[in-house]
Amino acid sequence: MNTAHLLASALQPARYQMALSLGWHIVLASFGMAMPAMIFVLHRKGLAGNAAALELAKRWSKVAGVLFAIGAVSGTVLSFELGLLWPGLMSRYGDVVGLAFALEGISFFTEAIFLGIYVYGWGRLPGRLHSMMLLPMVAAGVVGSFFVVSVNSWMNAPSGFDVVDGEITNIDPFAAMFNSAVGWQFAHMFLAAYMVAGFSIASVYAIGMLRGRRDRIDRLGLLLPLIFASVATPLQPLVGHFAGQRIADEQPIKLAAMEALASTEVAARLTFGGVYVDGELRGAIELPVDGILSFLAQNDFNATVVGLDTVAPADRPPVNVVRFAFQTMAAIGTALVGLVGWFVFRLRRRRDPFASSRFLRALGMAGPAAIVALLAGWTTTEVGRQPWIVHGLLRTEDAVTNVGYIWVTLIGLVVLYTIITIGAIAVIRSMSRRWAAGEHDLESPYGPTHSRPTEREQVNG
Amino acid sequence: MSLADAVAAVMFAAIIAYAVLGGADFGSGIWDLVAGRDQSGGATRRLIDRAIGPVWEANHVWLIVVLVILWTAFPESYVALIQSLSIPFWLVAIGIVMRGAAFAFRKVAPTFRFAQVAGAVFALSSLVTPFFLGMIAGAVASGRVRLDEPAGLWSSWLTVTSVLGGVLAVFACAFLAGVFLAAEASVLSMPDLAEELRRRTLILGVVMGIVAIVAIVPLERDAPTVFDGLTGRAVGVVALSAAAGASTLALLRNSRLREARISAAVSIASIVLGWGLAQYPWLLVDEVTIDDAAGSRAALVGLIVTTGIAVVLVLPALVYLFVLASSNALDREG
Repeated sequence: MNTAHLLASALQPARYQMALSLGWHIVLASFGMAMPAMIFVLHRKGLAGNAAALELAKRWSKVAGVLFAIGAVSGTVLSFELGLLWPGLMSRYGDVVGLAFALEGISFFTEAIFLGIYVYGWGRLPGRLHSMMLLPMVAAGVVGSFFVVSVNSWMNAPSGFDVVDGEITNIDPFAAMFNSAVGWQFAHMFLAAYMVAGFSIASVYAIGMLRGRRDRIDRLGLLLPLIFASVATPLQPLVGHFAGQRIADEQPIKLAAMEALASTEVAARLTFGGVYVDGELRGAIELPVDGILSFLAQNDFNATVVGLDTVAPADRPPVNVVRFAFQTMAAIGTALVGLVGWFVFRLRRRRDPFASSRFLRALGMAGPAAIVALLAGWTTTEVGRQPWIVHGLLRTEDAVTNVGYIWVTLIGLVVLYTIITIGAIAVIRSMSRRWAAGEHDLESPYGPTHSRPTEREQVNG
Repeated sequence: MSLADAVAAVMFAAIIAYAVLGGADFGSGIWDLVAGRDQSGGATRRLIDRAIGPVWEANHVWLIVVLVILWTAFPESYVALIQSLSIPFWLVAIGIVMRGAAFAFRKVAPTFRFAQVAGAVFALSSLVTPFFLGMIAGAVASGRVRLDEPAGLWSSWLTVTSVLGGVLAVFACAFLAGVFLAAEASVLSMPDLAEELRRRTLILGVVMGIVAIVAIVPLERDAPTVFDGLTGRAVGVVALSAAAGASTLALLRNSRLREARISAAVSIASIVLGWGLAQYPWLLVDEVTIDDAAGSRAALVGLIVTTGIAVVLVLPALVYLFVLASSNALDREG
C-alpha cells in the first residue's frame, strides 16, 4: 500500500482511534465496575465503628467521582465513534446489537443516578441508607458490562439473524445478546476489572508504605483492594482457558495467530515467545511434550488445531501483534497469580504481609501490570479478529467511514486524552497529598476559605 | 400510531428531557463563563457546583439514550445523520469530554490556577457544545440530511437554519440555567447572587424572545417543511412555548423564582416538542419517514420493553435524586 493510499483511507487511523478510545475507557470502566463494591465494604465496616474504613470510603468515593466522570464522557465518545468511524457496521447491524446497548443505557443511568446520590449523600443521608446507595451501582456495573461485552462477543461469534440474499433478516436481538461467546468473555472481563482496580489501588498504597505511610488507614487501603484482587486473580487463568476454548471453536484463525501456528497440526505443541516470519515461528521456546496445545484447545491431546494456512493470507490477522499481546497478557496474569500466592504465603506464615519491602515493591508494579494485561487482552481479541469487524461476515475495511480527515480526529483525541490523563493524575495526587496533610472536605480553591494555603506551602510546612 | 412511531415518541421524549435537563447543565457552564475572572466569581461557581454536581451525569445519559434508540430503531438514518454531520458530531463529542473532565477536575483542583484553567475549559465547552447540537438539529429540520447521496462535509450544516438552531440552543440553555440558578441561590439564602442572576436572565430572556421571533423569517425559505408544521399542526404548542416564555419573564420581573423554573422548563420543552410535531412523520425531513426508516420489528419491540423497564427501574431513582438534590437533605449545614 503506498503512502497516498494510506493517507486517503480512514481504515488505519480509525482503528488506532478506536483502540485508543476503547483502551482508555476500559481502564476507567474497570474502576467504575469494581470500586463501588470496595467502597461498600469500607462503608459498612465504617458504620460498624471502624473510623479508618469510614474515612477511606469517603476518600475513595471522591476519587471514584472523578474517575466516573471521565469514564462517562469517554464512553459517550465511543457511542459517537460507532457511527462516525464504523457506519458500515451500524447501518447493517445496528438493529441486531442495539438492544444490548439500550439495556446498557439503563445500567449507565442507574450508575450515574446513584453515584450522584452517594457522593453528595455524605453527611446528608442516614448511614445505613447511604451505604445502600452503592448496591445499585454494584449491580449496574455487572449488568452494564455484560451488555457491552455481549456486543463485542457478538462481533466475535455473530448470531441472532439470518443473511438472505445479502439482506439481514429474522433478527432476534436476544439471541444476538446471548451469543455463544458471551459467557466466558464477560466473566474474563469482569474478573479483569476487579484485578485492575484492586491492584491499581493496592499499588498506590504500597508505594505510599514504601515512603513511610503506615497508619491504620494506609494498611486498610492496601489490604482491602488486595483481597479483592486476590479473589479474582487465581480464577482468571481458568476463565481465560475456557474463553480460549470458545475461540478455538468459533475463531480458529484468531487462536492460530495467538499460537503462531502456521499450519494445521494434530497433537500440537505449546510454544512461548518467538517471532513469526515468512510463515514460520522463529526463536520460540517449545514445550517438548506433544499435544499440550491440542489439549488446552480441545480437551484432547490428539485433537487437531487449525493453522493459519487454512485461510487466504488476506483473511489472516497480523500474527505477531496478536501473539505478542496474548503472551504479554498471559505472562502478566501468571505473574499476578504468583504475587497472590506470595501474599497468601506470608499470611499463612503469620507474617505481616506488608513488612517486606520486596513484596511492597512487587505490589507497586502490579497495578500498572494489570492495566497492561487488560489492554493486551483487548488487543488480542480485537486485532485477532481482523480483517473482520463482524467475524466472517463484514470486513473492517468495508465498515469504515469514507471521510478523509480521521488522522486529524485521531491526533486531536491523542492530545485530549493525554491532557486529561495528566490532569486526572495531578488532581488525584493532590487529593491524596491534602488528605495526608489532614484536610477532610477538600474545599475547592475558589471556596469560601480563601486562606487555604497553597500546595507549595503545604509541602514545605 | 405505528410501533415505529411509538419508539420515535420515546426517543423524542428523551430529546426533550435532554434539552431541558442537559440544557440547564450546559447553561450553568455558560453562566460560569461570565461569573468573573478571579475569586469574585467564587460564589457563583460554588452555586453551579452545588446545583449541577449531583445531577449532570444522570442528565447527560439522555443523550446516550437518544443515540442508542436512533441506531437500534433507525440504523440507516442514524448513519446518514452522523456521517453527513460528522464535523459537528466530532465537535460535540470533544466538547462533551472536555466539559465533563474539566468540571470534575475543577471542584478538587490542587491550586487556584488549575481551577481557573479547568473552569475556562468547562465554561467554553459548555457554550460550544450546545451550539453544535443546535446546528445538528437545524440540519435535520431543514432537510439537509440525505440517506444515499454523500453529503458535503460542510454544506449540510453551514446553513441559516443550523446557525439559528445553534444560537437558539445556546440561548435556551443559558435561559433555563439562569432561572434555575437564581431560584437555587434564593433557596440557599444568597439574595445578592439571586438578584443578579434574576436581572441578567430577564434581559437574556427578552433578547432570546426577539431572536426566536426573528428566526421564523428565514425558516420559511430554508426549512419549509418544518416551517409549515410549526405554523400549522404544531402552532398550539408553539403558542404554549411563547406564552410560557412570556410568563417566565413576568415571574422573573416579580421575583417569583420557584414558579419561573416551571414555566421556563415548559417553554423550552414545548418548543422542542413543536419541532418534533412539525416534522412528523419525517424522521429525516423530506427524506425518510419514521415508518420507512424503521429497522427490524424485533428491535422496536425490544426498545419498547426496555422503555418499560427503564420507567420502572430508572425513573423512580431519578426522581429520588432530584428530590434529594433540590431539598435541604443535600444541603450542607455550616
